[in-house]
Amino acid sequence: MLKYILIPLLPFFGFLIAGLFGKYLKERAATVAVGGVLGAFVFAVSAFIDVANGTIIDENFYSWILIGNLSVNVGFQIDQLTAVMLMVVTFLSTLIHIYSIGYMHGDKGFSRFFAYLELFTFFMLVLVMGNNFLVMFVGWEGVGLCSYLLIGFWYEKKSAADAGVKAFVTNRVGDFGFVLGMMLIFTTFGTLDFTDVFAQATPQLAAQNIDLLGIEVGIVTLICLLLFVGATGKSAQIPLYVWLPDAMEGPTPVSALIHAATMVTAGVFMVARCAPLFSLSHTAMNVVAVTGAVTALFAATIGLVQNDIKRVIAYSTISQLGYMFLGLGVGAFSAGIFHLTTHAFFKGLLFLASGSVIHALSGEQDMRKMGSLRRKIKITYAVFLIGSLALAGIFPFAGFFSKDEILWSVYNAGSLGRSLWMVGLTGAFMTAFYSFRLIYLTFFGKSRMDHDVEHHVHESPPVMTVPLMILAFFSITIGFIGMPLIPHANLFANFLAPVFPHVQHGGTDHGLEIGLMIFSVLVAATGIVMAYVWYVRDTRIPDKLAEKFSGVYTLLLNKYRVDELYNYLFVDGLVHKLAGVLHRIGDVKIVDGAVNGVARLIGQASERGRKMQTGFVQEYAFIMGLGLVVLIGMYYVVK
Amino acid sequence: MLELIPNQLGFPLLSLMIFVPLAGAVILLAVRDARAARWIALLFSIAEIGLSVPLLANFDGSIAHMQFGESLPWIKDWHINYRIGVDGISVLFVGLTALLTTISIMVSWTAIQDRVREFMIAVLFLEAGMIGVFVALDLFLFYIFWEAMLIPMYLLIGVWGGPNRLYAAIKFFLYTLVGSVLMLVAILAVYFSAGGTFDVLALMNHPFGHTFQMWAFAAFFAAFAVKVPMFPFHTWLPDAHVEAPTAGSIILAGILIKMGAYGFLRFSLPFFPSAAISWTPAIMTLSVVAIIYGAYMAFAQTDFKKLIAYSSVSHMGFVTLGIFALNSQGVEGGLLQMINHGVSTGALFLAVGVIYERTHTRMIADYGGIAAKVPVYAAYLLIITLSSIGLPGTNGFVGEFTILLGAFQYKAVYAVIASLGIILGAGYMLWLYQRVAFGTVTNPHNEHLQDMNLREIAAALPLLVLVFGVGLYPNAAFQVMHASTENLIKHVQAKAALAPVAAQAANALLGQ
Repeated sequence: MLKYILIPLLPFFGFLIAGLFGKYLKERAATVAVGGVLGAFVFAVSAFIDVANGTIIDENFYSWILIGNLSVNVGFQIDQLTAVMLMVVTFLSTLIHIYSIGYMHGDKGFSRFFAYLELFTFFMLVLVMGNNFLVMFVGWEGVGLCSYLLIGFWYEKKSAADAGVKAFVTNRVGDFGFVLGMMLIFTTFGTLDFTDVFAQATPQLAAQNIDLLGIEVGIVTLICLLLFVGATGKSAQIPLYVWLPDAMEGPTPVSALIHAATMVTAGVFMVARCAPLFSLSHTAMNVVAVTGAVTALFAATIGLVQNDIKRVIAYSTISQLGYMFLGLGVGAFSAGIFHLTTHAFFKGLLFLASGSVIHALSGEQDMRKMGSLRRKIKITYAVFLIGSLALAGIFPFAGFFSKDEILWSVYNAGSLGRSLWMVGLTGAFMTAFYSFRLIYLTFFGKSRMDHDVEHHVHESPPVMTVPLMILAFFSITIGFIGMPLIPHANLFANFLAPVFPHVQHGGTDHGLEIGLMIFSVLVAATGIVMAYVWYVRDTRIPDKLAEKFSGVYTLLLNKYRVDELYNYLFVDGLVHKLAGVLHRIGDVKIVDGAVNGVARLIGQASERGRKMQTGFVQEYAFIMGLGLVVLIGMYYVVK
Repeated sequence: MLELIPNQLGFPLLSLMIFVPLAGAVILLAVRDARAARWIALLFSIAEIGLSVPLLANFDGSIAHMQFGESLPWIKDWHINYRIGVDGISVLFVGLTALLTTISIMVSWTAIQDRVREFMIAVLFLEAGMIGVFVALDLFLFYIFWEAMLIPMYLLIGVWGGPNRLYAAIKFFLYTLVGSVLMLVAILAVYFSAGGTFDVLALMNHPFGHTFQMWAFAAFFAAFAVKVPMFPFHTWLPDAHVEAPTAGSIILAGILIKMGAYGFLRFSLPFFPSAAISWTPAIMTLSVVAIIYGAYMAFAQTDFKKLIAYSSVSHMGFVTLGIFALNSQGVEGGLLQMINHGVSTGALFLAVGVIYERTHTRMIADYGGIAAKVPVYAAYLLIITLSSIGLPGTNGFVGEFTILLGAFQYKAVYAVIASLGIILGAGYMLWLYQRVAFGTVTNPHNEHLQDMNLREIAAALPLLVLVFGVGLYPNAAFQVMHASTENLIKHVQAKAALAPVAAQAANALLGQ
């Protein structure tokens, strides 16, 4: 049992050591940190083997909160779903830790960086291992905290600190839904333990309604939608995706680990974990699918025109997360998690490779100031190309398998499915286009670099390129664990089958499946060719189009002005303006006005009273007499 | 029915806890040297912590009765007794009072240079009064302590406070006094109505009529609502905090404002249950308003201390929300949140004090970028900020979550609106942290800022231990509360059901 607890605890010890003694350890802190995650990886492999051999671990360690009928334990479970997540998290975390040794070399916050990264790994492992909603929520908010700290890692930059706060607060909006969802789960099921809740998730329960502001809503539907609000925050879906592009202010390894491979997939993981609940509500499933599809397309359109190399990949991440939700929403839970897994490898690779580009160019991130790099940084170019092919979904790269499994399930999901399939395919075309726009702008054409920058271009050291090559290897090969068409060859789906309710999603028409596969590869290839023509062959085309359709172009470049809208409505309006008004009027005028008014009134009254104390005995005697007359008069009146 | 279990320790523990600080104050009268005064006050306050060890160690959490009881006749003709004891509702506050007093003395070590001896006398006198409030089981005795506490606090603000200290001190005094006077009238009414007894345990079982309850509850409410402070009786708090010295702020936020909520649990609910149930919707509404309104006010502040003061209004809204949900999660969550708020807000005021002592400014705009200069301080402030915004793993989360769960079961809409307060809380606290710690140093005075010294770290450390200790193992606190809160909830429900007329009236008000 100890070895399972050590999976999260080793990174936590690494955090404590690097955090408390970083001042003395300096860059040796990295050794401690890598040791922590590597140890976690070793134990995760061991746990994975145990699960593969049929051991499901579900263990409570101690009672955390016990009040009345509320009983929450600190407990972990490792089932097939968690086992997959453990492998993804610990493996990528280890590689990215190693890469960071090179990337962060010489930074004055070196040990602090590794301490945060370790803390993040710890919370991420708690998130995937928790055996009840509240422990999952500990990890959930904990990774949010680390994300906040790492986005704002270079806190002297205002934009970085702003982005950190934005990420945390936007996620809190999502957590508002998560917390309410948990309360409704507790009042409905009387427990927050996954096993007990899912055991009670029956179709009879799905038929129960509750009254929500006069509208009858299925109780399960409401629970799922509230949880999904949480998922849209963490996994950057519409309408809460706005924090993720800004999160690119953090160091690039952070973008790779937290904002591509692991943390942002937490929402996908959570919905998959709650599959027994979601599969009871068609409404909730449709909301998940539509949100995913719309986000996938929406983010892809923005990605088409961005000039910052990391922002392109960031929008692509939002878009790919949309595909995962699209898969979950049509009941293809294992396809969604499969895409999560392949995406972790190729998107982690893309971010790290872009980090290598930025490193080579002394910090330059604007693709308009790049070009022709393919001969200068060959390894980076090679792995970038592999990552982009995987992202574009070209056979036999990893993304091909997982994306096609999702699209095939969507295609078979009824009439709504067909429309969503079209949306997904359009998104896939754009994905191929913008990924290769990036490749061509960065590595092809003429150099547009500043002279000083060009002079210093260098390939990254092995400590960075070796992790890149390992990830590139997996971006090519990992897809084969989810082979389509051949019976029982989808090892990934077979492995996960026990966790997910069986929902009919794959069609049986293999001819059609092959046809659609070829079609979608052709669509992607068209995108790649088009990007080649526009950005290598005749580079005037994009400018001309931008001029001709300047309205659309500006709208996309400005990301539909959603940030401005949110800022105007929520940050300026709903928060700062309203707070100012409330303060000036509410507290200063009304409440304190009343208090000071009463005080003044009493003051004035006593001022008048004081005037009566004239010191003339005659006046006192007169008033006394007057009082006597009034009292006697009153006596008779009352009598 | 609750009983007073006589103290079996062989020495009068609770009396000692009241009189040890008083003895310290008396000894200080004879001391001239400022340095000696500091050490004597510190030793006496540590002795008080030492006394709370056997208290917490020997407390039996499995029973609801009053423990460590002492009862002596005092003024026989009026049936006034010196009667003290603690149960699961009060015992933790005694410990918290002892801890925060010591911390207050430690943070005043160099900050107070003027009339050190008098300052320390006031602090110890205040400590005796606060302990007395939590242990008194005779209404008359309680009122003595309640009022006695006011004087040293008034002096702390009025003598050792900031430039606008007189306005703040008088405002604090008048606000509390108005509430207290109404409570005094109600205490006398209760005394005569119950046939001449001040015995709290006996009064709990006295069947007051519903109309009487409604009035008496309102009068007690005046005193307690001002103390909490509940919206709209809160405007004294920001002024008092801003002007008070650090020690005053820590005690005010940590202990004094808890007494309002404690009063609800100890007197209002058990004495006047059917009135309490009738008033509940109104109080829940005020609580939710306080949560949101306090958070909004915090956004508008430019003064570090004022921001924290308004965040207190918001956090105390959670406390009253939980208490009046009147179910076990709500009440225990509310109690825990009172402890939590004492810890994290005490720690926040400590943080303000540390930086104010170096820079002599509380304006948020005068900081910025200090994380690079004072890393230990920045880490400390970050942890406390996270505790304040209720990050899971810290104490704040457990309190807020259980309160919300309690409120959700009472009526979901209260929990839904209150949950918005969690978003706002993250907003104003992180924005505060950003403005203080992040960015580049803009104020040249901060270029050579000194980090926290050993004394300050020693003062802060127990609070950090509590932040994580309570966050990871809140059951240690809940176990102490279970029996007493369960008993309280049953008592309120049973007693309210006793008077059918009262229940009808209550239901009519509730609109059921």
